[in-house]
Amino acid sequence: MKCLATIPKGFVFLSLLLLTPAFAQQAHDPLRPGAGFAEDPKTAPLVNAENDDKKRVRSYAMQPPTIPHKTDNYQLDRFANRCMMCHARTRAPETQATPISITHYMDRDGNFLADVSPRRYFCDQCHVVQMEGQPPPVRSTFRDVDEIIRGKARK
Amino acid sequence: MRDFLRRYWRTLTRPSAYYSLGFLTIGGFVAGVLSWGAFNTAMEFTNTEQFCIACHEMRDNVYQEIQPTIHFTNRSGVRAKCSDCHVPKDWTHKMARKMQASKEVWGWIFGTISTREKFLAKRRELAEREWVRMRANDSLECRNCHEFGSMDFTRQSKRAAEAHSTSLQSGEKTCIDCHKGIAHRLPDMAKQ
Ligand code: HEC
Ligand code: HEC
Ligand code: HEC
Ligand code: HEC
Ligand code: HEC
Repeated sequence: MKCLATIPKGFVFLSLLLLTPAFAQQAHDPLRPGAGFAEDPKTAPLVNAENDDKKRVRSYAMQPPTIPHKTDNYQLDRFANRCMMCHARTRAPETQATPISITHYMDRDGNFLADVSPRRYFCDQCHVVQMEGQPPPVRSTFRDVDEIIRGKARK
Repeated sequence: MRDFLRRYWRTLTRPSAYYSLGFLTIGGFVAGVLSWGAFNTAMEFTNTEQFCIACHEMRDNVYQEIQPTIHFTNRSGVRAKCSDCHVPKDWTHKMARKMQASKEVWGWIFGTISTREKFLAKRRELAEREWVRMRANDSLECRNCHEFGSMDFTRQSKRAAEAHSTSLQSGEKTCIDCHKGIAHRLPDMAKQ
């Protein structure tokens, strides 16, 4: 602390002043990554959701499966639930969509309700589409439990 | 008053003394064409998007909702106007629909759906009416643009091809059975 106090105040001020342009260049809007406040970045073209109805791997048993089809303009509000028009128990024969599993009927006390539980009504809270050819926006170091167990066994 | 009317009646029924028959025939024909044209132009005007969304009931509700859907803007740049889906193309049915629409003018005057709340309350009934109409005409309005015969199933998504090659092909279902809410938000579907 003592040695810090020996540095002249003017010097600290000056060096801060010199640093500001560097800060300004780095400063960016978290909502527009990769571009400064003043810049007018080019928007990346929109990508369509994968729509091939191919099931993807579930990384762990309790993972909500990702949606293998597009959901553009599917209404999901208090008036109508487009998802349930195909994924309801009674709609399966006609639409060939996997009916929602039993967990979707359970309230938080574990009682089974007659219809989809209110806490599972808004499907897109847990189930999401995947964009065509896009790498995941956030890198993950997640490892499949199988891999871990098998990895251990091999050792 | 009666005298006045009688005089006019006589003028109307008496053969013309001033104009030749030819002039009257051709003139009448031309006038007929003009007024027919004017009538149809007026009818056409009531088919435009501007006319449909001139009242706030349509502008603030359904018009807002259609904008993010595929029938408003899409990669092909073809827009389905209100009348493309709601007014039959052939003359007789068009007139029948326009007569019906006169009733809707009453609704407008009396503000049947003048607020969002009133509109939502009435929405199921309005939608139901369109569904019945489209089911009855085998979704003719959709088919004016989307022809079953021109659908290439190999180019459609799996779910689409599956549905279209089964119950649509067999005629068991029509477009509106599966594509309700294609252009607007759905009404409360839980209500009976
Ligand atoms: C037109 C009918 C239809 C609608 C509407 C629909 N789906 Fe699907 N969905 C399907 C079909 C068909 C499959 C494929 C089933 C299969 O073969 O795996 C599927 C698969 C899924 C799967 C994968 C299931 C699994 O076991 O991997 C999820 C999750 C899903 N849909 C969620 C949704 C959600 C959420 C919505 C609403 C935003 C929705 N779906 C709307 C028909 C539909
Ligand atoms: C709170 C999160 C959550 C919500 C909300 C939710 N799900 Fe799920 N969903 C899951 C989880 C977790 C699984 C996997 C485990 C299971 O089956 O319970 C799953 C599984 C599924 C499956 C596969 C079922 C099977 O048998 O393989 C389908 C289909 C599905 N959900 C559809 C839906 C639909 C449609 C909705 C909206 C009505 C919905 N989910 C709402 C979490 C959720
Ligand atoms: C004015 C012509 C026109 C009429 C009428 C019309 N459509 Fe369309 N429709 C289009 C066009 C154009 C597209 C977009 C094509 C593209 O670029 O992919 C489209 C797309 C669609 C799609 C595809 C949606 C998607 O997300 O890919 C469906 C479903 C559809 N129409 C159903 C209907 C139904 C149901 C009706 C009758 C109520 C109807 N259409 C009436 C012209 C029309
Ligand atoms: C048996 C139900 C059913 C009927 C009847 C039906 N469709 Fe579809 N249609 C679907 C499903 C399911 C999809 C794919 C999921 C989606 O787009 O929501 C689809 C998708 C579409 C698409 C987009 C194509 C694509 O590759 O995704 C168009 C366009 C379309 N339908 C038009 C029509 C027209 C026009 C009619 C009437 C001539 C019609 N459909 C009748 C169920 C049906
Ligand atoms: C692609 C076809 C299509 C187009 C374009 C379209 N509609 Fe509709 N409209 C429908 C169908 C189908 C219904 C029946 C309800 C439903 O399925 O959403 C409907 C229902 C309505 C209703 C009854 C209330 C409701 O929402 O159910 C009104 C009012 C209406 N349309 C007005 C309009 C106006 C105004 C426009 C132009 C801005 C328009 N529509 C464009 C297909 C269309």
